Amino acid sequence: MMTNLGNRVTQGQFSFLPDLTDVQITAQIKYALGKGWALSVEYTDDPHPRNTYWEMFGNPMFDLKDPAGILMEINSCRKTFPNHYIRVVAFSAVRGVESVTMSYIVNRPKKEPGFGLVRQETDGRTMRYTIHSYATDKPEGERY
Amino acid sequence: MASETMKEGKERYKSGVIPYKKMGYWEPDYKIKDTDVLAMFRITPQAGVEADECAAAVAGESSTATWTVVWTDRLTACEMYRAKAYRVDLVPNTGPGTKTEAQYFAYIAYDIDLFEGNSIANLTASIIGNVFGMKAVKALRLEDMRIPVAYLKTFQGPATGVIVERERMDKFGRPLLGATTKPKLGLSGRNYGRVVYEALKGGLDFMKDDENINSQPFMHWRDRFLYCMDAVNKASAATGEVKGHYMNVTAGTMEEMYARAEFAKSLGSIIIMIDLVIGYSAIQSMAIWARKNDMILHLHRAGNSTYSRQKNHGMSFRVICKWMRMAGVDHIHAGTVVGKLEGDPLMIRGYYDTLLDTHTPVQLEKGIFFEQDWASLNKCMPVASGGIHAGQMHQLLHYLGDDVVLQFGGGTIGHPDGIQAGAIANRTALEVMIMARNEGRDIWNEGPQILADAAKWCGPLKAGLETWKDVTFNYESTDSPDFVPTTTASV
Repeated sequence: MMTNLGNRVTQGQFSFLPDLTDVQITAQIKYALGKGWALSVEYTDDPHPRNTYWEMFGNPMFDLKDPAGILMEINSCRKTFPNHYIRVVAFSAVRGVESVTMSYIVNRPKKEPGFGLVRQETDGRTMRYTIHSYATDKPEGERY
Repeated sequence: MASETMKEGKERYKSGVIPYKKMGYWEPDYKIKDTDVLAMFRITPQAGVEADECAAAVAGESSTATWTVVWTDRLTACEMYRAKAYRVDLVPNTGPGTKTEAQYFAYIAYDIDLFEGNSIANLTASIIGNVFGMKAVKALRLEDMRIPVAYLKTFQGPATGVIVERERMDKFGRPLLGATTKPKLGLSGRNYGRVVYEALKGGLDFMKDDENINSQPFMHWRDRFLYCMDAVNKASAATGEVKGHYMNVTAGTMEEMYARAEFAKSLGSIIIMIDLVIGYSAIQSMAIWARKNDMILHLHRAGNSTYSRQKNHGMSFRVICKWMRMAGVDHIHAGTVVGKLEGDPLMIRGYYDTLLDTHTPVQLEKGIFFEQDWASLNKCMPVASGGIHAGQMHQLLHYLGDDVVLQFGGGTIGHPDGIQAGAIANRTALEVMIMARNEGRDIWNEGPQILADAAKWCGPLKAGLETWKDVTFNYESTDSPDFVPTTTASV
């Protein structure tokens, strides 16, 4: 149980809003496609803030321009990993960007255990900090 | 090529005083080279001085000239070292028949060899070094510059840049949110960190020291850094997000700034901050340090309005933006349009474009007089700060776009239900507005309704909108563009 207002990991563009409906997800997909961005679906059982590389549910869909097709991929990922964090990521290949342009969570575990802050006291009043993902106390594949 | 107006040989170098125009600083048929540095000044001539003589005087005094003729010029390739005023236009709506005395836009070209690479100090020592006090001009303002690619390539540019900053922060597709800790002065380190923790946990991405928070009797810098980093890490754990606090390392010496920056790094801070008043060379040094230490570098533009605000004298803020992007900062305060500080919408957009574009075309309506190729220099994130609140979210997004840090200081800390509630209100307002815009809704017109709908399920947003519903700052801007749809002929 996390202690922030929504009891949830707040990564991504829309974590302060109610969970997105399929209609809302599709609208965001259309926006990205309209900009010429490629969409990708990624999932993880370790949402540590610096865990950059979530698992790819297939490669980015560079050639898929049909929002319904992309939603189908998202739902297929949700079906396979119902208790994982799943995010939709958009990539721009435009010079000067060439990076991620959108990222929003579309699935999350029922219970989000969150993170602990480990403080290591060092010289003087100085502290070394480690953010610990409680989910990773369990082995891979058994976390949620 | 010497112009017709220039005297030649023996006659040119006869001891005495001759007009700048005749010394070779006025060359209306000059052909601009790709490698030239170009500058455009707004000139208000003294009574009785011709505009083109004024322009030539500015060109002369910002390059090789002195007040009298010197024979030693003839030992050099002096023709090349002379800056050339090549165009003068009357500023629209000035001069006879208007309420304002005549002003002129004067264009000047400088050969690249006039400048040392990688030195804002050297560039500015020429361009704004001596000329602003010259008697021939009543007032003078540097409006815009074109930096050639060859010269740009000698600069590091932003230590991190917008793209990498977003990758490090794992935040995409929306403006970042920040706030300045308030009150600016008087909080102890422990109390100060409380504000940081509450706002970050509530949903902001960044908290910030103010420009004059350095190391004072009420809070020495080490205390601030220690407590703020505890707050940052605790908030990060509570939300699962990367968070930061701009640690202001501004101090009296470079040695002290480096020491403070090192301490911030040792505590795991992702971002440090400096003030514009530390000076151009100190800024470049901190940018090099930041690049070397994986640190985002925030710049507060403290002091800029002393010379950027008045339309007839000083320099435009867009030139500061240009220099600071070259100097290598990652963030710079660049206006809000709707907040408490100066800002005409198009002028502000011009500053933002200057910081973010890879290539900027001429756009007179934004005050951009030169085309600028940015030569792959990183982008610098504009920061909007000062008197903005959640109720303006649709306007902020409309004017400022996605690549900006929106800083709601009072708009977070002043929330009636507390700092966390203030942060939640801002973040919710932002997310709901981004979603609506992406869905294709007309946020400019529907914005207030979109916020009101979200306030039905988000209590903190409801309370915030109630508190700030009537707060606006509608003053006329002192600095606005003099849009010239078609160029006037040279005088």
